[in-house]
Amino acid sequence: MGAGHGHQLHFHGHSPVHRMPAHLKLLSLLSFIVLVVATPREQYWAFVVYALLLAGVVAISGVPAGYLLRRMVVEVPFVVFAALMPFVATGPRVQVGPFTVSEAGLLAAWGLLAKGTLGVLASLTLGATTEPRDLLLGLERLRLPHQLVQIMGFMMRYLEVVTDELRRMRIARESRGFTATSVRAWPALGSTAGALFIRSYERGERIHLAMLSRGYNGRLPVTHQAAATPAQWAQAGILPALALATAVLAVAL
Amino acid sequence: MTTPVLDVRGLAYAYPDGHQALFGVDLHVHRGERVALLGPNGAGKTTLVLHLNGILTAGAGSVHVSGLPVARENLLEIRRRVGVVFQDPDDQLFMPSVRDDVAFGPANLGLRGAALEQRVVDALDRVGMVDFIDRPPHHLSFGQRRRVAVATVLAMEPEVLVLDEPSSNLDPASRRELADILRSLDVTVLMVTHDLPYAYELCPRSVVLSDGVVVADGSTRDVLTDDALMAAHRLELPFGFDPRTIPAP
Ligand SMILES: Nc1ncnc2c1ncn2[C@@H]1O[C@H](COP(=O)(O)OP(=O)(O)OP(=O)(O)O)[C@@H](O)[C@H]1O
Ligand SMILES: [Mg+2]
Repeated sequence: MGAGHGHQLHFHGHSPVHRMPAHLKLLSLLSFIVLVVATPREQYWAFVVYALLLAGVVAISGVPAGYLLRRMVVEVPFVVFAALMPFVATGPRVQVGPFTVSEAGLLAAWGLLAKGTLGVLASLTLGATTEPRDLLLGLERLRLPHQLVQIMGFMMRYLEVVTDELRRMRIARESRGFTATSVRAWPALGSTAGALFIRSYERGERIHLAMLSRGYNGRLPVTHQAAATPAQWAQAGILPALALATAVLAVAL
Repeated sequence: MTTPVLDVRGLAYAYPDGHQALFGVDLHVHRGERVALLGPNGAGKTTLVLHLNGILTAGAGSVHVSGLPVARENLLEIRRRVGVVFQDPDDQLFMPSVRDDVAFGPANLGLRGAALEQRVVDALDRVGMVDFIDRPPHHLSFGQRRRVAVATVLAMEPEVLVLDEPSSNLDPASRRELADILRSLDVTVLMVTHDLPYAYELCPRSVVLSDGVVVADGSTRDVLTDDALMAAHRLELPFGFDPRTIPAP
């Protein structure tokens, strides 16, 4: 397998992080995030420890830091929101450089930013080291409702088909001299959305027929037994265990 | 004579909106035959295909597959026996990877583990796509997707392979590769097509469906050279193609 055909988030590799069964990684990620969120934001040192732990995982996975950092742009809206908080929040004021800002707002902004960044980075690491298909199998092993996993699977499979359909419709519009520059263009965009909906709906019906034709009876067959070894459980437990120790200390101190 | 693989008698069907698409279709296909199903747009070809594996239920008449009636209680077995390859491979390939997709049918039939994996690899091997087993379907070319779609059905080891317009949207090389694959398979084939040279090349026998009835059934050469029949049912040979001057393959 080459790196080219994975999804955009996935970074091909063979590290222990890559090889770990997806459901363990999911559990590990979930507990890490819960612990980070539960940590009082005044304990600045704890977040440094979390960041170091995460950096350790990234180092083991062999995913270049730049690769993850570039994908962290999804966090930008939160950063903007966090940056506004010290200015709009009320309460005692402190002087930061040329600005006088709310002390409580500053702390809240820091908490949001630190916890958000850690969460995004941890999730990106999971995404970069896990094939989307394995992620779905992992969710299924974690007993997520069957239908939900199926829907996510179809979404993954058809996202590109639908995006492509949308792109073709846009090209067809623009080839006939349409440009979306003003409110007057909205009806045309609306009918595009309508057409896309109908097309997707009809495709859904055709897919359903194709599934029935191959003996589908309402459940996707479970064909993979990606069982985890005790050693892998232990490995997957390292990050949450260290994070737990940090969180306990942070609360106790 | 032996039991036909496909035995359609007096099949009539009206869509729920009242549009009658089939008016008493009779069709027999025997083991090992390769039959082309020809007819103009809207003739009812796809509607007929959807009856062969019980997606649509006959309004009147009957469909038997190797003697087994197409009825609710036999559906799983019918769908194992009749493999339908739909026109758009994006409709047929709905799983996140080629392996999962080809495994979908046999897994529904109860196969698991090594036997399942073997089926998947065999089916992909027959269409020359084993190397793509771990790829997501949407990263394949159209021709490759069509081949994988054929594999998804072959993996169920059907008695008859039904293809709805298999050569549509294929470039000439992919079209020929698919023809080679179909010829190499040891299964009965019913192929819906508008591609008359393709029908001539692959299918010794042709059936013409028009306005919901079978209007001709005979050797492909005879059908394609019957000018009156062809003209009456909106069938036209492509420019420069004359079956009279080409020896039957
Ligand atoms: N879901 C439906 N509801 C109502 N009428 C339909 C439906 N699907 C098809 N029809 C009608 O039934 C008739 C037969 O359609 P069918 O799709 O079987 O034709 P076809 O021979 O496959 O045509 P083509 O060569 O264009 O694929 C057509 O007149 C069509 O309009
Ligand atoms: Mg059709």
